[in-house]
Amino acid sequence: MNVALARTGRKSGVDAFAAPIVVSNLVKAFYDVSGDRITLAVSDVSFTVRRGEFVCIVGPSGCGKTTVLRILAGLEQQLSGTVRIDSRTPPAMVFQEASVLPWLTVAQNVAFPLSLKGAPRQQQRERVGELLALTGLTEFADARPHQLSGGMKQRVSVARALVDDRDILLMDEPFGALDEQTRLTLQQELLSIWERTGKTVVFITHSVDEALTLADRVLVMSPRPGAIVADLPVPFERPRDVVEMRRDKRFWDLTYEVWRLLAPPGV
Amino acid sequence: MTAAHSTLTPDEIERLKAPARRENRYRILSYFSPILLLLLWEAASQSGLIDRRFFPPPSAIAGTGWRMVISFELFEHISATLRRVGVGYVMGAIPGILLGLILGLSTPLRRVFAPIFAALYPVPKIAILPLILLIFGVGDASKFVVIAIGVFFLMFYNTLGGVMQIPQIYLDVARNAGATRTQTFLRIALPSALPSIFTGLKLAAGSSYIIIAAAEFLGARSGVGFFIWASWQTFAVSRMFVGIVVISLLGYITILLLEALERRFVPWAKH
Repeated sequence: MNVALARTGRKSGVDAFAAPIVVSNLVKAFYDVSGDRITLAVSDVSFTVRRGEFVCIVGPSGCGKTTVLRILAGLEQQLSGTVRIDSRTPPAMVFQEASVLPWLTVAQNVAFPLSLKGAPRQQQRERVGELLALTGLTEFADARPHQLSGGMKQRVSVARALVDDRDILLMDEPFGALDEQTRLTLQQELLSIWERTGKTVVFITHSVDEALTLADRVLVMSPRPGAIVADLPVPFERPRDVVEMRRDKRFWDLTYEVWRLLAPPGV
Repeated sequence: MTAAHSTLTPDEIERLKAPARRENRYRILSYFSPILLLLLWEAASQSGLIDRRFFPPPSAIAGTGWRMVISFELFEHISATLRRVGVGYVMGAIPGILLGLILGLSTPLRRVFAPIFAALYPVPKIAILPLILLIFGVGDASKFVVIAIGVFFLMFYNTLGGVMQIPQIYLDVARNAGATRTQTFLRIALPSALPSIFTGLKLAAGSSYIIIAAAEFLGARSGVGFFIWASWQTFAVSRMFVGIVVISLLGYITILLLEALERRFVPWAKH
């Protein structure tokens, strides 16, 4: 196995100063008081994300990938190691579960970060209008979340994360609960949004297929305690067509390679 | 829709609609079932199957009630009861909701103060009525206070429960969107807890009328509770029943009002 070799994710020393996200030797553990048990969730994770890069972290469920993302978002604290975020705005997060606030309409949900900042009404309305159009939600502006399908709700979450134009977008399996067709549609839309906005994206998924479809670079994590076992560049040119790229033999070679890393022979 | 219709035979359409029709019939019947109970009562009382002195026929009660309505005799009592319940309810609900929200959101405050409320909650409100009468006198103030105490605990516990059930994800969303503490309180905790708050408001409305009835039995010169008690003392059973019906109706109408408010303010909850 080339685990030890690929483990160091710090190969990009050259442009490390410009990198908006630098994670070094991250360790996170949880303590269960009732059982007096310590669970090591993440052990020694290091990686760097370049500006404007789309990075996917793929790994089995329970490997700590969500924990890494939550630490990047500042929603949790690491036990040790450092996270350096070099950005003019805090990262925006798209969550895995239904995170749309049920008491607000679609438009109010999208406007939520702007209205917290007290942005002028007119400006909010214009910006929300743009994002509803971008995510294909214009006609649902006044709908309530419970009237929406799962795919629609995730569009709302994406629109909300984009509304105040932050530089870094953290996405935690945002399409994980959707059916395959909806997922493919949303992946394509996400790619075109990303190509237009040039944001730095860290995207968590357990789907190898999804990671290769979206990413410039795939970080493969081991089962718990999570560590990065490989850092693979994804060579497909942009803009990508999420259906057409499946005709490319390299797609399947890479799929095979990632699967070999995730499920070593003999396990 | 019409295109699909044309491919179905009339018989198929008939069978398709049959369950909905049956449902509708049951709904209409459901309106009449309480009336059936009244009819049985009427018949049993008229025929002497049950003792007329304790259970006068509904028609006699309605007659007594009607005479009291047209003579305005009851209105003084109704307005006294409504005033006491209204003021006491607001006095109890506002601090109950606020403290529920605050203790729900702050683990340290909850750890320190929740045991105090847990210790006081089981004290029967009626049991402390004599104490409250002693402190606040036999006037309206004592009624306000005893109702406020009862309402406070129900609102406190329902709000607290509502806040503690807020899905973590909503708090994460607020934090990621850059919400301050106050914004999290007003724009996440309050709306999240609103369904529980309304459950509390409805429970508190019901128990307010229980408490006021008992409080007016003992220490009042007006109010529907006093009216029931006074009727009992003069063995005016029909009048007593009128009082019971009136106070039940007051409670029922209050809850209908709260349900209308709930539909207005919690449009996202399932009704």
